[in-house]
Amino acid sequence: MITLGVDIGSASSKAVIMKNGREVIAEAVVQAGTGTSGQKRVFDEIFSLSGFSWGDIDYTVATGYGRFSIKEADREISEITCHGQGIAFLCPSARTVIDIGGQDAKAISLDERGNIVNFFMNDKCAAGTGRFLENMSRVLEMDIEDMERCHFLATEPAPVSSTCAVFSESEIISLLSRGVNRNDIVAGVHQSIATKACALASRAGIVDDIVMCGGVARDRGVVDAITKKLGRKVTVAPHPQVTGALGAALLAHRTIK
Amino acid sequence: MNMEQASSKELLAYWQAHLDERARSHKKEGKLVCWSAALAPTEMFIAMDIAMVFPETHSAGIGARKGALDMLEVTNRDGYSIDICSYARVNLGYMRLLKEYARTGEKAEALAKSPAADVPLPDLILTSNNICNTLLKWYENLAVELDIPCITIDAPYIHDMPVPEYSKKYIVKQLDHAIQQLEGITGRPFDYDRFLAAQEQTQRSVKQWQRVASFLNYKPSPINGFDFFNYMALMVIGRGEEFAEIALRKFADELEENAKNGKFAFGDNERSRVVWEGIAVWPHLSHTFKSLKNQGSLMTGSTYPGMWNFEYTPGDLMSMAESYAKIYVNMCLDARAQELTAVAKNGRCDGMLFHMNRSCKIMSLLNLQTAEIVSKTLGIPYATFDGDQTDPNNFSPAQFDTRVQSLSEMIAKK
Repeated sequence: MITLGVDIGSASSKAVIMKNGREVIAEAVVQAGTGTSGQKRVFDEIFSLSGFSWGDIDYTVATGYGRFSIKEADREISEITCHGQGIAFLCPSARTVIDIGGQDAKAISLDERGNIVNFFMNDKCAAGTGRFLENMSRVLEMDIEDMERCHFLATEPAPVSSTCAVFSESEIISLLSRGVNRNDIVAGVHQSIATKACALASRAGIVDDIVMCGGVARDRGVVDAITKKLGRKVTVAPHPQVTGALGAALLAHRTIK
Repeated sequence: MNMEQASSKELLAYWQAHLDERARSHKKEGKLVCWSAALAPTEMFIAMDIAMVFPETHSAGIGARKGALDMLEVTNRDGYSIDICSYARVNLGYMRLLKEYARTGEKAEALAKSPAADVPLPDLILTSNNICNTLLKWYENLAVELDIPCITIDAPYIHDMPVPEYSKKYIVKQLDHAIQQLEGITGRPFDYDRFLAAQEQTQRSVKQWQRVASFLNYKPSPINGFDFFNYMALMVIGRGEEFAEIALRKFADELEENAKNGKFAFGDNERSRVVWEGIAVWPHLSHTFKSLKNQGSLMTGSTYPGMWNFEYTPGDLMSMAESYAKIYVNMCLDARAQELTAVAKNGRCDGMLFHMNRSCKIMSLLNLQTAEIVSKTLGIPYATFDGDQTDPNNFSPAQFDTRVQSLSEMIAKK
């Protein structure tokens, strides 16, 4: 039984094809989200990688902000449930999930079966999300990999506000003009994201094991800042950007089983 | 209009328009018009034939008719922070435009094209902080801006139940003082007979309001909780007058009939029932309703409409004072949790949705703690969403949909 999970987010589109709800056949990520060509491209890529076509897919579940725009989907499920299921599959001991995507930051509390006990999401504000990180990297003229490297060279993280993405941008410009070390500014940006994420996690209730997913989890600087703020071990899910799509593919299998 | 044959919906619309008309007529005839906080003791004012206008309800109406942004722009220009309650900002903006119109005779474009109900400027103000302290400064500002008297009833926060005797006595003293103030303002002796009649009428209106609420217990439910929000206007604007009782009785009769005939709010698509905690998102009322409906989630519980359950003994000011102090948002965490538990039980709710309202700090402040207690007590999940009662800028439809769908999925897993 072949199922497809597709997660159309605000910044990227992700897809996973699974066999019998156990084996991942292929996964694809396109850095373009809902309302862009990303949706078509991610299908092209996943079918090219897997050698499958729509005719081979038994059931499709869509998730993410663009979930309602996928005509081929048999069912839409929220990203909270999909991330929960994806993480429970990859890391069965996970009880707290921190997922930071393009415009969402979420903390999800799971039970031992991967069911959602509780969840909290960010307000209508980009601070602490992937978009925030992207904007900061643009102002700092660095790519995400550079930011990760700089983070671990920092000696004293510069204070960067976590209240507003736009104000944070002007803060960084001011820090740069004052000649503050770039490594410290990068670490400050990561701390700012960590502050937001940890506040959400505290509301949901922090229980070990803590697992991070979402595109921002690929930046080890952010993971390090969250680990230090929580004072607990934080694991990054394997292929953190596709956990939502993976959960969707799993739920597709459970739906038709 | 044939009152006997009119539907409750028609009666609701009729009385809302009629009260605005009455306020305008009062103004023309030189009689007094009062702008009053929604949970202030209006019975005394009815006794003195003062036409009442309710800024919170008026702001909610502007928000629901998509007219809030123009008013918010006016208050923003006047220097009010966007962190202040949007009911207050919308109303202060409306007042500013009305005042300019009264002064110059020229209607600003924002006022001319506003969908706001046409109400006159007040001659006096009545406020009470039994809802929040913003109401004190907001209404005080109205009084200062318009140079008119402001009657204030200070209702101390209830840290422990029952309401302490000293709090009740303190409120009674203020009610006595308000009566003296009214005598001074009107130049007439206070009409104690009409005051008693208004108190008795309030009790009859409350009975019908509770009768309406009782249908939330039916499963499937003949009442959609969002209608409960709409009809709440009758309790705000007219609980001390007969029309509220008549319209609410009609509504309850209709619900009884619907229940008897198997006519339910969601037909046979009622898959789950949820508490909606907090004020409605008026500018996005339709979206929030449809988003829940898409999930088959019917709202059958909220403490908000219950705030108008003013049960007291007519003629007994201590009892009236207690009732006006015992408002959900004016009570300690334990009392709130108890009340919300009762509401969720009555609505036979499977989950709870909490409005983290950027405008209403007092309603949002204890939401998480209350949610935790009630969720543990009843074993039902909850979700929160960020929004605002009248500022459409502070709500994201897509974020709301995700939270509602996630809650429905959590309920389905139970």
